[in-house]
Amino acid sequence: MTAGASMVAGTGALRDGEPGGTERSVLAARRLSVRYGDVKVLDDIDFHVAAGEAVGIVGPNGAGKTTLLSALAGTVRPAAGSISLLGTDLTQLGAERRCRLGVARAYQVPKPFGGMTVLENVLVGAAHGGQLRRRERFERAVEVVEVCGLADLANRRAETLGLLHRKRLELARALATGPSVLLLDEIGAGLTDSEADELVATILQLRQRGMSLVWIEHIVRVLVRVIDRLVAMDAGKIIADGAPDAVLRNETVMAAYLGKTRS
Amino acid sequence: MTTAPAATRPAGNPTQLRITRSTSASRITSGVLLAVGVGLFAVPTLFGTNAVVQLTSLFIYMILAVMWNALAGYGGMVSVGQQAFIGFGAYATIWLTQHGVSPFPAMVLAAVSAAVLAALVALLVLQLKGGQLAVGTWVIAEALGLLIVLDTGLGGGTGISLQGLNSYTPELRHAYIYWLTLTFLLAILGALFLLLRLKTGAALQAIRDDEEAAASLGVRVRPLKFGIFVLAGFGCGAAGALILANTLFIQPQSIFGVQYSAYMIFMVLVGGLGTFEGPILGAIIFFVAQQQFADQGAWYLIGLGAVAVLFALFLPRGLWTVVSDRLPVQLPLGYRLSTSHPSMKEQHG
Repeated sequence: MTAGASMVAGTGALRDGEPGGTERSVLAARRLSVRYGDVKVLDDIDFHVAAGEAVGIVGPNGAGKTTLLSALAGTVRPAAGSISLLGTDLTQLGAERRCRLGVARAYQVPKPFGGMTVLENVLVGAAHGGQLRRRERFERAVEVVEVCGLADLANRRAETLGLLHRKRLELARALATGPSVLLLDEIGAGLTDSEADELVATILQLRQRGMSLVWIEHIVRVLVRVIDRLVAMDAGKIIADGAPDAVLRNETVMAAYLGKTRS
Repeated sequence: MTTAPAATRPAGNPTQLRITRSTSASRITSGVLLAVGVGLFAVPTLFGTNAVVQLTSLFIYMILAVMWNALAGYGGMVSVGQQAFIGFGAYATIWLTQHGVSPFPAMVLAAVSAAVLAALVALLVLQLKGGQLAVGTWVIAEALGLLIVLDTGLGGGTGISLQGLNSYTPELRHAYIYWLTLTFLLAILGALFLLLRLKTGAALQAIRDDEEAAASLGVRVRPLKFGIFVLAGFGCGAAGALILANTLFIQPQSIFGVQYSAYMIFMVLVGGLGTFEGPILGAIIFFVAQQQFADQGAWYLIGLGAVAVLFALFLPRGLWTVVSDRLPVQLPLGYRLSTSHPSMKEQHG
C-alpha cells in the first residue's frame, strides 16, 4: 500500500523512496527532533502518513510516541526538522492553524470542556476547527455525535461523563473539525473488550471515508485490526516501520519491549 | 419518535435529531430580564437619593464582577491588577475635566482610554501564564498608582476632587450618575451576552475549561484573550470613572488598591466562575454583606476571606450552578440536542 512495505531497523530510518515519502504522503515529518531541556525526546525522525492510510505507533513508555503526536499537532515545538501537510509547511504554525488545515488530535488523557455539554464540546470543533457555517456545523455535530455513540448523552455536561464516554468525546470533537489526518493517542486504553470492539468498528467506518489515521496504542490486538502499517519507536527513534506482523516479529522491536536495548 | 422526514436533517440519518437553542420559555425569560433592566431606569423618578446612590454602587460592583469573570471565568486570565484600569479610568476622568471636557463625556472617554491602555498592557501580559500573570498585572497597577502619586497636577498622594458636577443639584447629579452606571452595566452585559451567543461564546468557554484542548480544536486562543482583556479594561475603566463620580474624591492608594481585586474575586467565586449570571448574584451577595458587616472592621474582611476559601474548596462553580440546576428555565446561551417533532418549526434563534 505504501512506501513503507519494507522493514527498516536502526536509526535515521530511510524507507525505499524518499525520506518522509514526499509524493504520496498527506502528513510528513522530516528529520524531526524535539528536546525537553537537555533530553532529546525525538531524535532525527522521519515519519509520514499517506492519503487514506492508517499507521499504528507502538513502543515502550518514554519512547517519544506522544511527543511525536504533539509535534505533528503543533503543541510541541521541534528543535529541528520540518512538518508538512499536503506540501504546506506547518513547522512554524500553532495547533489552532494546523487544526484548521486538517490535522486533528485526540488526547491520551481526555481533555473535555467540563462545563459544556457533550454537544457543545463537539460544536467547538465544528465551528472553529471545521470553520463551518451554522447549518453545516449543526449537521456535522449531529452526525459525529451519532457515529461516536454519544447521541443519548449529548445534553450531559462533559464533566459528568465516565472514562469510556470521555474517550469517545475526545474522538468526536476531533472528528467534528473535519480532519484529513486524525491523530489518536491511546483512545483504547482502559476499555473493556466489547467497548474496544465498538471503537474499532467506529474507526473502520471513518477509514472508509478516506481519512488518514495515526494511532498510538498499547493494545496491539486492537490496533492491528485497523492499521495498514506499523511504526515501532524506542528512545526517541523509529526502530521499525512496515507491515504490522513483520514489525511485531522484528527482533529489535521485541528487544525494546523486553527492555534489553534501552541504554 | 416519528418517521416523517424533516427538511433540516442530514441525509442518511435514520433518527430524528436536531439542535435547538431557545425555547419559548427561555425567550420570554430573556425578554422579561431585558424589561427589568430597562425598567430600572425609572428608579430615580420613584425612589429617594439614598436608594439611587446605593443602587449605583451595587451596579458598579456588578460591572467589576462581570468583568473579572470575563477575564478569569472565560479567558482563563486570573488578574490581580484590574485596579490599574479602575484607577486609570478615575484619573483619566480628572485629567479630561482639567482640560475642558465636561464630566459625563469625560467618564465615557476615560473608559475608552482605559480600553486602549488595556490593549497595550495585553501585549505584555498575555505573554505570562497563571501566577505570573496575576503578579504581572498587580505590578502594573502598583506602578501606575506610584506614577500618579508623583504627579502633583493630579493631586499627588493626597488625592483630588472631581470638579464640574457642582452645577447640578445633588438629586439630579446622583440620578445622572445612576443612569450612566446602568447604561454601562447593560451595555457590558449585552456585549457579553452577544459574545457568548456567537461562536466566540463556545470558544471562550472552551478556553475557560482547557486552553490547550481549545487550541487543538482550532480555537484562536490569543485574539480572543486579547479581546476579553481589552473589554475588561474598558469595563474596569468605566467602573473607576463611576466610583469617582459617586464619591467625588479619590486618592491613588485607595483607587489603585488591591482590595478591588479581592472584592472581584470574592463576588465571582461566590456567584459562579464562568457563568453569565453568577457574578451578578455574587455582586448582590457582596453588597448585602458589606451593608451588614462592614462596620465589623477586620472581622468583616476575615469573614469575606473565609467565605471565599470555603466556596473555592466546596463549591468551586459557585452558587449560580446550584440555583440554575433547579431552575426550569435557562437563558438561551447553550445548545441542546432534541428529538424532532415534525409539527414544530426549527428554532435556531
